[in-house]
Amino acid sequence: MAQRALPIGAALLVAGMVILPVTAVFWRGGGPGTLGPADWAALRFTLWQAALSAALSTALAIPVARALSRRRFPGRSGLVALMGAPFILPVIVAILGLLAVFGGNGLINRIGAPLGLPRLDIYGYHGVILAHVFFNLPLAVRLILQGWLSIPAERFRLAASLDAPVWRVLERPMLRRVCPGAFGVIFVICLGSFAVALTLGGGPRATTVELAIYQAFRFDFDLGKAATLAVLQLCLGLGAGALALRLAPREGFGTGLDRLTDRWDGRGRLPRVIDALWILLAAAFLLAPLGAVALSGLPGLPALPAEVWSAAARSLALALGATALTLALALPLLSAPGEVAALLGISVSGLVLGTGYFLLLQPLIRPAEVALPVTMLVNALMALPFVIRILRPGLEAARADYGRLAAALGLTGWRLWRIVYLPRLRRPLGFAAGLTAALSMGDLGVITLFADGDTATLPLQVYRLMGSYQMEAARAAALLLLALSLGLFWGFDRGGRANAAI
Amino acid sequence: MLRFDDLLVRQGGFDLTANITIPAGITALIGPSGAGKSTLLNVIAGFVPAASGRVLWHDTEITTRPPAQRPVAMLFQDNNLFAHLSLTENLALALTRKRPTASERARMEAALERVGLPGLGARKPAELSGGQQSRVALARVLLQSRPLVLLDEPFAALGPALKIEMLDLVAEVAGEDGLQVLMVSHDPQDALRIATRSAVVSDGSVAAPEPTAELLRSPPAALARYLGVHSGPGKE
Repeated sequence: MAQRALPIGAALLVAGMVILPVTAVFWRGGGPGTLGPADWAALRFTLWQAALSAALSTALAIPVARALSRRRFPGRSGLVALMGAPFILPVIVAILGLLAVFGGNGLINRIGAPLGLPRLDIYGYHGVILAHVFFNLPLAVRLILQGWLSIPAERFRLAASLDAPVWRVLERPMLRRVCPGAFGVIFVICLGSFAVALTLGGGPRATTVELAIYQAFRFDFDLGKAATLAVLQLCLGLGAGALALRLAPREGFGTGLDRLTDRWDGRGRLPRVIDALWILLAAAFLLAPLGAVALSGLPGLPALPAEVWSAAARSLALALGATALTLALALPLLSAPGEVAALLGISVSGLVLGTGYFLLLQPLIRPAEVALPVTMLVNALMALPFVIRILRPGLEAARADYGRLAAALGLTGWRLWRIVYLPRLRRPLGFAAGLTAALSMGDLGVITLFADGDTATLPLQVYRLMGSYQMEAARAAALLLLALSLGLFWGFDRGGRANAAI
Repeated sequence: MLRFDDLLVRQGGFDLTANITIPAGITALIGPSGAGKSTLLNVIAGFVPAASGRVLWHDTEITTRPPAQRPVAMLFQDNNLFAHLSLTENLALALTRKRPTASERARMEAALERVGLPGLGARKPAELSGGQQSRVALARVLLQSRPLVLLDEPFAALGPALKIEMLDLVAEVAGEDGLQVLMVSHDPQDALRIATRSAVVSDGSVAAPEPTAELLRSPPAALARYLGVHSGPGKE
């Protein structure tokens, strides 16, 4: 019975940590307000852009993941690691990068103008969708690539020896298993889009529900209306999450014995050229904005003010704490009900959660004193659904393959985890930890509500430098933030893939 | 001695009944695929619950015991070794919950030697051939020192010579250690080679075990259909 108590307890804890602040917002806001036509327009735009962004990201990810799964070339592992970059890239840094490439004075316009190409305008709905694809295409590639790598080498050998069509017998079934989940996750992410819409969207034609919540808080300080919008956002997220759970089928592939994946199809000239093109296109799309940020930030690095360094140290501690907290919550929750409980976290916007905690704690303690713990908690709740989605297939496979053997040997509880599950989950655990650490490192949300001068995180410091027009320092601090985020991700992911990577 | 007392197993729309005693020695379960041979092993090992009736080992009921507390060691069709653990680490799981002691290490090395793989303890399963992996799995079963060994066609993927070698090894160590063995087989030659008795599983029930040679010489109707031979006299 104790084995069931832990997951249930963790699920209740997570649900409580979400429901409590939402209730607080309701209570303080005096019940639901009424929604105007602008709010309905925001709802329509949110659904439409999220569906389009998720569909584009998933569809484009399939050929890229396939190319990465079957080609060896110099820099491949670096590119795979970079596939994690835009998603974990601090949003404020990424926006700077995208503007440098696609903006009014960006690279594309500077190349295109002399050639007489029409001027590209990044502001508006297409900018929002472009940014969402930029952020989520790599996530889709990673999720689908993991699907590809989860096909045991033996299956490829079997298919090769039978001259069976790999696409039909191995790849399409795998994609049918993996893609709906990828689409669902990205759809949910884009439903909660805030910073992208804030910077690139806005106005009646490109305002998301999340942005509307922010405006209700920030401009009107109308907590009732914000709460109503938050409930709308919650329904959206839960609906999409339930859909994603339904779409993802349960069956998995068996184990290979951790050998390298070799395959024998796609060796002709045309498939190789096509794969190379996909890899180059994806790499350019992802690398150009990152490169732009790196180049423009470099000159200011030596003269960074001291408060940037102390903010960086604070952010590092925050990121590591959030990672530990997320994994501690995720491991007992690796089940379908657990995934539902965790989806609660991402269904409510971080801003609403943060405000709820603000309202709950304000009478008891000075908000600035709990800025970092609250940010850590909200970061963990936000990362939890991703972490669970990443870990669950591996755990289910380990259960299916070794459950009977473990039971026969009397392995239960913590020993079962230590000897069987954690080693089998090594690769996804590293990926999940890296993702959480980097997301927390770059998060610029709740902290803005809580922090004062002494408790700023690095992203907030960048934001403040931008606000005070110290652009050189802002770019340099952004580069530092980028390096720390990628470094955390790389370190964890590398640890997990130690001998599993090709 | 293993006894099924009015045992009923229900899986999906499929029922399997058994009301027989299986004496010591090596016994084969033979019959068409899908008849429930593996299911019966899973019931004995505790992975599939019985709908009603009892499973008894030497008059002790084990019907509802958890798998690890049964007098049973089982070799599955595959995944008999944890792929991420070395052979020594795999074997240690059969002996102890802690770091193995010097005497336990000696026992593991002796077990590896007994199955013909001395000194390979540091390797991972993937570094071994299929036949060698089977030998390590058998070494693990020996270290578990449970009186009843269940074989769910663990050698099906091996070549004929290797399979015969493994079956002989099983018979040899079972004889030396006084283990009872219950094996699933779809090849009558396997049964003939090492099983003194065989029980036919077909049409949703398990027949009482009979001497293998005799059974194969004059098979009852169901077995004859499966083997593709004519039914023996007086066995209808």
